[in-house]
Amino acid sequence: MPAVRCVDVCKTYRQGELEVKGLDHVSLEVGEGGFVCLSAPSGGGKTTLLNAIGGLHRIDSGEIWLADRRIDGLGKGELASLRLHQIGFVFQAYNLIPVLTARENVEFVMEVQGVPPDQRRARSMEILEEVGLKGLEDRRPAKMSGGQQQRVAVARAIASRPTLVLADEPTANLDSHTAEQLMELFVELNTRHETTFVIATHDQRVMGYARRIVRMLDGRIVDDTEQEAA
Amino acid sequence: MALMLKLAWRNLWRHPRRTWLTTGAMVFSNVILVFMISMQVGMYQMMIDNTLRASTGHLQVQARGYLEDQKIREVVPQVKPLAKQLGGELDLDTVAPRAAAFALASSADRSYGIQIVGVEPMAELHVSSLPGLVVEGRFLEGSNTEEIVIGEVLARNLKAGVGDELTFMGAGRDGSFAAAVVTVVGILESGNPEMDRSLAQVPLAFFQDVFTMDGAGHDIVILAPDLFQVATVKSEVEALLPTDEDLVALDWEQLVPGLKQAIQADMSSAMFMYLVLIVLVAFSVLNTQLMSVLERTKEFGIVTALGVSPGRLGRLVLLEATLMGLMGLVIGVVLGGALVVWFSFYGFTFPGLDEMAGQFNLPDRIYLPVTLFGLLFGPSVVLLASILATLYPMARLRWLEPVDAMRAA
Ligand SMILES: Nc1ncnc2c1ncn2[C@@H]1O[C@H](COP(=O)(O)OP(=O)(O)OP(=O)(O)O)[C@@H](O)[C@H]1O
Ligand SMILES: [Mg+2]
Repeated sequence: MPAVRCVDVCKTYRQGELEVKGLDHVSLEVGEGGFVCLSAPSGGGKTTLLNAIGGLHRIDSGEIWLADRRIDGLGKGELASLRLHQIGFVFQAYNLIPVLTARENVEFVMEVQGVPPDQRRARSMEILEEVGLKGLEDRRPAKMSGGQQQRVAVARAIASRPTLVLADEPTANLDSHTAEQLMELFVELNTRHETTFVIATHDQRVMGYARRIVRMLDGRIVDDTEQEAA
Repeated sequence: MALMLKLAWRNLWRHPRRTWLTTGAMVFSNVILVFMISMQVGMYQMMIDNTLRASTGHLQVQARGYLEDQKIREVVPQVKPLAKQLGGELDLDTVAPRAAAFALASSADRSYGIQIVGVEPMAELHVSSLPGLVVEGRFLEGSNTEEIVIGEVLARNLKAGVGDELTFMGAGRDGSFAAAVVTVVGILESGNPEMDRSLAQVPLAFFQDVFTMDGAGHDIVILAPDLFQVATVKSEVEALLPTDEDLVALDWEQLVPGLKQAIQADMSSAMFMYLVLIVLVAFSVLNTQLMSVLERTKEFGIVTALGVSPGRLGRLVLLEATLMGLMGLVIGVVLGGALVVWFSFYGFTFPGLDEMAGQFNLPDRIYLPVTLFGLLFGPSVVLLASILATLYPMARLRWLEPVDAMRAA
C-alpha cells in the first residue's frame, strides 16, 4: 500500500478575478519508505502539493490518501491529529515558535503528543546534536541565523519519528557541508526506520540523494524518474 | 501541559505593559469588591445582630400558630421552667422567657394601645440590649413588682416620666378583664423610633398574675453564640422540645421576615453596581485577548500545521486568560484583604454613617469582618467573567486556516 496517493488532484487559488492553478490534475503515488524529490521552478506548485498531502489545504477535486485513509474532506481536528501523529513538516519559512527556545520548539510536538518530559528532553537534545546545533539548545529563534533556524525546523519535524516527512526546501539556507549532513540524516532515517520522505527542492545537492525525482511545472507533473541514489 | 503552561505564561509577557494594564484593572476592581462586600457583610451582620438583640433574639420557642395572629391563648405552658431547662441542656445562659399582650395604657392625660411584654429582668440582661439602653431611671429589677419601663417616644406621647403611674387594661388569657396600675421606673431609647413608640416591659411574674397566665408565657428567646450558629442551635432546640406540647422553634428569618428582605433589597442594588464594574473589566480582558489572538495569527497557524487541534489552541488562549485572571485575583485579594484586616482592627466610618447607625442600631464605626465570602466572592466573579470574555477570541480560532495564517506577518 502506498504511503501517499494523490488521484487527479486540482487546486485553484482565487484572488478576486484572478485564478491561478496551484495543482492541475496531479496524480502521484509514493511507496512506503520512498524517498522522493519534488523539483520545479519557483511557482511550480511544490509547496501547494506538500500542503495538500499534509491536509493543510482544501483541494477542489480529486482524492488524497495517506496509507489506507482518505484525508481530503476530514475535519480540522482530525487533520490536526493526523499531522501530529504521522507527519513531520519542514516549512519553507521555518516557522518556529518565537517565544520558545530551540529545544522547546523541538519538544513541542512531542509534548502535544503526550511524550513524558524526560524522554522528550533526551530525544530533543539528541536530535539537535545530530543537526549540528549542540550548545544552541536554549536560544530563541530570533537569536539564530537562518540556517540554524532551518535546522531547528528539521529537528522539530523528525524528533517525533513521523512515518512521513514533508520537507519544503529544507536546505535553502544551508552551506554545502551542512546540507550534506542533513541529507545523510534523512537517508539514515529513511533506511533505518522506513520513514517516507517527500522533499520539495531545486537544490541539485538534494536531488542527488533521492531515488526518484518528480518534476512539476505550472501545477502539473511533467516528469517522473527513478534514479540510483548517490 | 507543562510546555503549554510555559507557552501561555511567556505569551502574557510578550507585552508586559498591556498585561499589567489589564491585570491592573482586575486588581483595582477586586480591591474595591473585596472592601465593599466585606463592609456590606459587616454592616448586615451588625444590623441583624443589633436588631435581633433589641427585639426577637436569634430564635424563639412558641406555640404553633402564635406567630401569625399573636393570640394570648396560644401559650408556652410553664414557660419559666422550660426556659431554664433549655438553657441547661443547651449550656447557654442566653435563654429568656417572655409573655406579651395587647392593652390600653393610660397616663393622667392620654391613652394608647400598646403591646405589653412580660420579661424576667435577670434573664433579659443576657439576651437583650434593652437593659443597657435605659436613658432615664433604671431597668426592671424585681420579678413580681408593679413597675414598667417604656420607650422614649411612648413616654413623650403619654406625657409620662420616671415615677409617674400608668394604668393598663386588657383581656386575660381566659378572656377575663385584666387591669393594673404600674409605676414607670425607666425610659428606654433603642435608637429605633418605631420601636420606642410601643416599647413597654413589666416583670414576667407580675404579667402572669395580671393576665391570668397560670405560669404560661408566649415565647422563649434564645441567642446563639453568633449568627452562623443559629441553624445548629435551632435543630438542638427542636430535639429538646417536649413532645406532648405543640411547640415550634422559629429562627429570626421566620420571626422578622422584613429584616432579611431589607438586606436582600440593599444587596441587590449594590450587586447592580458591582455588575457594571465587572462588565467593564470583562471588556478590557476581551480586548486584550482579542488583540493577542489576532497578532499571533501566524504562530497559531504554525502550531495548527504541526498538529495542534483548534480545541487545544482554544484551551491555550483560555489558559492565558486564566493565568492573567489568577494574577488579578491573587494580587487583588492580597491588597483588598490587607485593607479589610486593617479596618477590622481600626474600624471604618463615613459621613452619614451616624444617621444610619441610629436607624439600624449600628455603632458609629464599622469593624470589617474578615470572611472568606467577603474576600473571595467578588474576585471569583471577576475571574469567571474574564474567562467568559475569552470565549469570543477562542471561537475565532475555529476559523483559522493554517496556511493563510502562517503567511500572516
Ligand atoms: N495563497 C495563495 N494565493 C494565491 N496564489 C497562490 C497562493 N499560494 C500559491 N499561489 C500560486 O500557486 C502557484 C504555486 O505556488 P507554490 O507556492 O506551490 O509554488 P512553489 O513551487 O512552492 O514555489 P517556490 O519554489 O517559489 O516556493 C504559484 O503560481 C503561486 O503564485
Ligand atoms: Mg514553495
